[in-house]
Amino acid sequence: MCGIAGYFNIQRQPETDLRLLERMIWPLRHRGPDGFGFFQDPRAGLAHARLSIIDLEGGWQPIHNEDRTLWIIFNGEIFNYPELRRELIGRGHRFATSSDTEVIIHLYEEKGENCLEELNGQFAIAIYDQGRQSLFLARDRMGIRPLFYTTHQNRLLFASEIKAIFAADPSVERAIDPLVLQEIFTFWSSAGGDTVFRGIRQLEPGCWLKLERDGTMQQQRYWEIPFQEREFARAPERELAAELRDLLIDAVRLRLRADVPVGAYLSGGLDSSAITSLIRHYTDNDLKTFSVTFSDTVYDEQREQQEMAGFLDTDHNEIRCTYATIGRAFPEVVRHTETPILRTAPTPLFLLSSLVRETGYKVVLTGEGADEILGGYDLFKEAKVRAFIAGQPDSACRPFLLKRLYPYLALSPSRSAEYARRFFNTDAPLDDPFYGHRPRWKTTAGTHVFFRDEILAAAGTPPVERLREQWAPRLAGLDYFSRAQFLESRLLLGNYLLSSQGDRMAMAHSVEGRFPFLDHRVVEFACSIPPRLRMKALNEKNILKKAVADILPPAIVRRRKQPYMAPDIPSFFGDESPQYVRYHLSERRLEETGLFKPAAVRRLLAKCEKRARQGFRENMAFVGILSTQILCDAFVENFQDDTPDTLPGKRVVINKEN
Amino acid sequence: MSETVNTIRRFIFDNFLFDAGEDDLGNDDSFLEQGIIDSTGVLELVEWLEETFSISVDDEELIPENLDSVNRLAAYVARKTA
Repeated sequence: MCGIAGYFNIQRQPETDLRLLERMIWPLRHRGPDGFGFFQDPRAGLAHARLSIIDLEGGWQPIHNEDRTLWIIFNGEIFNYPELRRELIGRGHRFATSSDTEVIIHLYEEKGENCLEELNGQFAIAIYDQGRQSLFLARDRMGIRPLFYTTHQNRLLFASEIKAIFAADPSVERAIDPLVLQEIFTFWSSAGGDTVFRGIRQLEPGCWLKLERDGTMQQQRYWEIPFQEREFARAPERELAAELRDLLIDAVRLRLRADVPVGAYLSGGLDSSAITSLIRHYTDNDLKTFSVTFSDTVYDEQREQQEMAGFLDTDHNEIRCTYATIGRAFPEVVRHTETPILRTAPTPLFLLSSLVRETGYKVVLTGEGADEILGGYDLFKEAKVRAFIAGQPDSACRPFLLKRLYPYLALSPSRSAEYARRFFNTDAPLDDPFYGHRPRWKTTAGTHVFFRDEILAAAGTPPVERLREQWAPRLAGLDYFSRAQFLESRLLLGNYLLSSQGDRMAMAHSVEGRFPFLDHRVVEFACSIPPRLRMKALNEKNILKKAVADILPPAIVRRRKQPYMAPDIPSFFGDESPQYVRYHLSERRLEETGLFKPAAVRRLLAKCEKRARQGFRENMAFVGILSTQILCDAFVENFQDDTPDTLPGKRVVINKEN
Repeated sequence: MSETVNTIRRFIFDNFLFDAGEDDLGNDDSFLEQGIIDSTGVLELVEWLEETFSISVDDEELIPENLDSVNRLAAYVARKTA
C-alpha cells in the first residue's frame, strides 16, 4: 500500500531535477510513510511513497522488468501473486524481488493490457514503457484504490490523490465544477469520471488508459459488474449458499496474505461479523478486532460488537465517538476526502484507522460491499415494497408495509402509511431505469435550494437526466432490483464508500482496508444469484445469511439491519460547537466562494441552533455546504506547497537526464 | 383563523423554505408537490403542531388531507382545538 504520482510529457522540455516529483509525492506521505522512490527520464517521471506490507526489504519502487524497458509504480495488492509468480517463472521470467509489484510488470510484458484479467486484487498501476515511450494506467475492477489525472500544458499528471496534482504545478486550475457539485448534492458522489475540481478526472473503476508519445490517448473498460439480463443460477438455495461460502473462505484466505499482521473491523452487523468469523474459523491468525462506538445511542452498536468479539474471542479494540470528536476531526477528514460529503459518516472511520495505527496494525479486513452485491440495503427493500404496492394499487393493506421500512429512524417517514405512499411515489413506472433510486435522489436534491442561481444555471440539464442519457443503455433489460444494485455498486460504493469512507479514511493513517466481498469472483457469483433469492420476500442478503449462519450467533443473523451512520448536525452545535463552523459559513466566506446563498444558509444555521434533531434534507445540506466551504478554503484558495528541501527516506532509483 | 395561518406560515418559512419570499408560498400550495417538506419533515411538523397548539396528533390523522398545505393545517388545528 502506498501513494503513487507521476507525469508523462507529450511535448515539453525535460525536467532538470526531481523537484516536480518531490512536490507531487510529498503530500501523499500519509499513504506511505516508510520512504520515497523515484524514476525519471526526459519523457516521464514516477514517484512512490511506500508503506511496507509485502517483501519488507525488497519491495522498493519503481521497479523494472529484466531488460529495464518497463518501469512500474503500483498502489495496492495483488492477492494471487504467488500463483502468478510461479507461472511466470515457469515461462522463463527472472525475478529480482519477491514483491507482488514485480509480478505485474512481467505479466504486462507478456500480455499487455490483458494482464489485468489475471489479477485478483485492489490496485492503481502506472507502467512506463521506455522503449515505446508510452504510459499505461489502470485501476482495479471495483474502484478500491484511487487514481486521478489531468492534462496540463502538454503533460499528463497523475496521482493517488488530487492534492499531488495541485502540488505539481501552481498553474493547474483549482476550481469547483458546478455541474459535478450538483451531482454530488444528488447522488452523494460524482456520476462518472469527473471530480468536483474542474478538469481533474478519476480513472474509472475497471478501466485502463494508454498514452502514446504523440499524445494519443485511449481509454477502455476491461471489466464491468456483471449484473445482466440472463439465465440465473438454477441451483437450490443451500447449494448457492455453500458455493458463496467456499468463495468467501478463499477470498478471506487470499486477503490474509501479508508480511505484517492483519486485523478486522467489526461494526456489529452481519457482514463484518461474517468476515471476522471466517478469519477465525479458517485461518490460524491471531485476531485483533476494531470498532467504533457512539456516545449517541441512536448510532451505537457496541453491544453487538462486544457480543461478536466475545463469541470469537478476539483481542477487541474500541474508539468512542462523541459529537465533539466528530466535530473536531471533520475539517481534516475533508482534506482527505477531497470532495464534498453530505454525511459525517466518514469521520468515525478516520478516527478508527488512527486506533488501528496506534496498535501497530497496518491491514484490516472489512465487510464492505456485501450490501451492494448481495442485496442488503433498505433502498432495495423500499423498491420491492413500492413495486409490491404498485401491483395492487387499491389494496388497503399493502401500504402498511411501508411503515415497517425505517423503524430505527428517529424521524421516520413511515409513521403514516398514507404519507409514506406519497413520499415513496408508489405510482412510479417500474420500467423507469432509476425506479429504486428516485425517492432518495429527490430528497437529496432538496438541498439544491441552497445553491446560487448561477450555479444551478451553469449545470443546465438536471443531474438525474444527464445520468439517464449516460446509463440508460447499460440498465436496459435489467430487472428493477438488479438496476438498483448496479447503481448502488457503481455510484455509492465505487464513487463514495470505497473512496471517501474507505481508502481515504484508512490511508489517512497509513492503514490498508481489504474487502473479501469485493473479490471479483464473489461479485460475479453474487450477480448470478436470481434477484428474488438475493432478497427473499423482505429478508435481505438471504443467501449470505444461509452461507454463514452456522458460524455466527443467531442474534447477529436475525438482527434487523442497521445502516452505518454518524450524527450529522448535532456534531457541530451545542456547548462544544467548533469555531470553524462560524468562519466557513460566514456571509463573507459564502460570498467569496460564490456557491451558496448566504441568506438561505443563515436560515439553516438558525434552525440548527434551535434544535439539533433535523430531517434528511437539512442534515445533508448542512454537512454538504460545510464540507464544500472547507474544501474551497483548503484546495481552491489557500492551497500550499510545503515540500521540504530534502525528503526524508528518499531513494532515487534512476534519474536520466537524456 | 388568520392568526393560526400566520403562525403556520412563519413556521414553514423558518424551517422549510430557506430561500423564499412571502409571495412564493400560496396558502393552498401542496407541501409534497412543491417539495417543501421532505419525508422526515412531516414528523418535525407534527412535533411543532403538538407543542404549539397543545394538541395530540394521532397516527390516523397523519394524512395529506390534514397536513399538506397552510390552509389544510389551519383547518385541522381549528377542528382539534374547537
